[in-house]
Amino acid sequence: MLLLMKVKTAMLAGTLAAPVLAAALAPSPPSHGPDGTIRLASPSFTYRAAGDFSRGGRPVEGPLRELSLPADLLVMKRQVTVAEYGRCADEGACPRVTVLSGAKDVPVVGVSWHDASAYAAWISRKTGVTYRLPTDEEWTFAAAEKARDEALPLIDPADPAQAWIARYEAESSRERPLATTPQPGGTFGTNSKGLDDLAGNVWEWTDSCFVRTSLDEEKETVTNVNCGVRVVEGAHRTYMTDFIRDPKSGGCAQGVPPTNLGFRLVVESSRSVIARTVRSVAKLLRHT
Amino acid sequence: MGAALAALMMTAPALAGAADDLKLPREHVDLVAPPFVHPHEQATKAGPKIIEFKLTVQEKEVVIDDAGTKMWAMTYNGSMPGPMMVVHEGDYVELTLVNPETNTMPHNIDLHAATGGLGGGALTKVNPGEQAVLRWKATRPGVFIYHCAPEGMIPWHVVSGMHGTVMVLPRDGLKDGAGKPLHYDKVFYIGENDLYVPKDENGKYKTYESLGESYADTTEVMRKLIPTHEVFEGRVGALTGKNALTAKVGETVLIVHSEANRDTRPHLIGGHGDHVWETGKFNNPPERDLETWFVRGGSAGAALYTFREPGVYAYVNHNLIEAVELGATAHIKVEGKWNEDLMKQISPPGPIPPAKISTADPMAVTR
Repeated sequence: MLLLMKVKTAMLAGTLAAPVLAAALAPSPPSHGPDGTIRLASPSFTYRAAGDFSRGGRPVEGPLRELSLPADLLVMKRQVTVAEYGRCADEGACPRVTVLSGAKDVPVVGVSWHDASAYAAWISRKTGVTYRLPTDEEWTFAAAEKARDEALPLIDPADPAQAWIARYEAESSRERPLATTPQPGGTFGTNSKGLDDLAGNVWEWTDSCFVRTSLDEEKETVTNVNCGVRVVEGAHRTYMTDFIRDPKSGGCAQGVPPTNLGFRLVVESSRSVIARTVRSVAKLLRHT
Repeated sequence: MGAALAALMMTAPALAGAADDLKLPREHVDLVAPPFVHPHEQATKAGPKIIEFKLTVQEKEVVIDDAGTKMWAMTYNGSMPGPMMVVHEGDYVELTLVNPETNTMPHNIDLHAATGGLGGGALTKVNPGEQAVLRWKATRPGVFIYHCAPEGMIPWHVVSGMHGTVMVLPRDGLKDGAGKPLHYDKVFYIGENDLYVPKDENGKYKTYESLGESYADTTEVMRKLIPTHEVFEGRVGALTGKNALTAKVGETVLIVHSEANRDTRPHLIGGHGDHVWETGKFNNPPERDLETWFVRGGSAGAALYTFREPGVYAYVNHNLIEAVELGATAHIKVEGKWNEDLMKQISPPGPIPPAKISTADPMAVTR
C-alpha cells in the first residue's frame, strides 16, 4: 500500500524533525482550547479511501486501509457556530451567509469550502494557532463509529447498469434526518471520542481533494486530482464542488444530498505540518 | 293520477343518476392514483358500454417537497393529478362527482374529451354536501385533460391540483402511421403540476390555517407566472428514489404526460419516444424517434417507448431548470442485460494522452 508507506515515512520524518522544530513553533494549545478542541491520540484505524477507483477500466470501490495519523489530532468538539462565524463576517474576513433561523448557538450552515477556509485563516490570525479543515482521513478517525463505509460488493464488471442500479438503490435507501434546520450543539449525540454531532444533519467540509486512482498492475496510480471538488463527510460521504453552499439532488442524480453544509476545524500540529510537507514532496516525486 | 305524476316528478332528480335510456351494458371501474392506471383492454371486440366512474373531491393540506413545504390542495380522489379514466371510442362515460360536506368550496369538472356544456363544467357544479352525475360520449380517441372550472377561480383550483386525464382508446387499439398495431406492457401516467406557494418576508414558505386563507397570497404568486415548484404527481421526488418507476429491457411503456396549465417538454434521458402523439390525439399518426416532445399547457401527450438498455433513466421536463431546481424529474429503473452494441465505454475517464505533433494544433489538420 503506497499511502501506508507514505504515512510511515511521514511519521518517521515527523519524529525526527519534531524536536528541532518544537522551539520554533507556537506553544501547543490546551486540549480544550477556546473552540473546545479535544486532543485525540491516534491508534491505527480503518479507512476506506475516498475518490474514484478503477481496475481494468472498470469502477471499483476504494481500498480499505489501516492508517494511523502522524500526530495527535486536535479537533473541535463541536461544529463552528453561527455566532463564531458571524464574528469573522463582522470583521469582513468571511463572506456573509444566509442564516434562516435567529439562533446563534447552532452550527453555521450554508457555507462553501471557501467560506470555511476563510474562517480557518481568520481564526488562525486571531489566535496565533494554526487552524484548518481536517483531511478526510482525520475526519474519519475523529468520527470513529459515526463514519460510514458505504462500499458495495463488486457486481458484474462487464455490465455498467448493474452497479449503477445498485448504487441508485443504496442512495435511495438513505434516510433523511428528521430535523432539517441546524440544531443546538450536542443534539445528535457525542461519539466515543467525545466529539459532538458527527453525522447529524450537518455535513462537514474536509480539505481532501477529489482523486481518481487506477489500481492496475497491483499498484495505485493517481490519474487525476481535482481540488475544485472536496470530500464532504457526514451521515454519508460525498464530493462537493467547493463553491456550493446549498447542495441538492435532482435531474439524473438521486439520493439524499447533504442537508446542510458546515464544518469543524482541527489544529495544525507541528508533526502534521511536516507530514503534509513530506506527502506533498512524495506526490511531486510520483508525478515526475 | 295527477298526484301520482307530481310525486313521480318530485322524485325524478333522485332517479336521474340511473339513466337506462341507452340499453347498453354497464361497467363500474374503480380508479387508481397516478402514476398507475386501472386495468383496461388496449383493443376491444365488445360493443360500446356505459363506464361508471366516481370522483370525490378532497380539499386537504399536502407536503410538496422534502423540506416539508406545505400547501392546501384541491384534488379529485386525493391525488395530484386526479386518476386517469380509460375508455374506448364510442363508450359512454357516466361520471359521479361527489363534493363531501367536509369541503369548503364549490367544484365541478370540465372534461376536454367531452362535447358541449363547457365540457361538463356547466352541469356539474356541486357545493359541499352535493353530488352530480354526468354522462358524456367518448367520440374522439386520445388523451385529454379534465379539470375543475368554477367561475372566477379556475386557475387557482387547477394549480391547486384539480386536474386529471382521460384516455379514449380506439376500439381496435393504437396504431403506427402505417396502420400497424402498437401495444404497451404498462402505462406510466405522469401528471405535471406547476405550484405557486407564497413566501414570507424572510423567504420561508408560508402555511395557512385553511384553504380559503391561502387564496389571496397564492393568487399573488400565480399572477407572476413563475412556479415555486414544478413537479410530477404533486410533489418533488414523487417518482424518484424509493418511488422510482420500474421496467425491464424489452418492455414497452406508454408514457402519458399531462399538464393542465403550463407548457412542458418531456424528455427521456438515455432513451427516446419511439412513437409519440405529441398532441395526444390518436387519429393523428404518431411521430417517430423523438428526442423531446412538447405538451401544451391544458393538454396531454402520449409517447410509446421500448427499453433497450438497462440502467437508471431520468424522465424530465427538459426545461432543466424546472427539472432540477423545481422538481420535474422522474426516474425509471430498468433491469436487463447491457447491450454493448448500443453503448460501450471504450476508455474510462483518465489522463489525456500526450498529443501527437501532427494533431496537436487543430490548424495543422486543415492546412
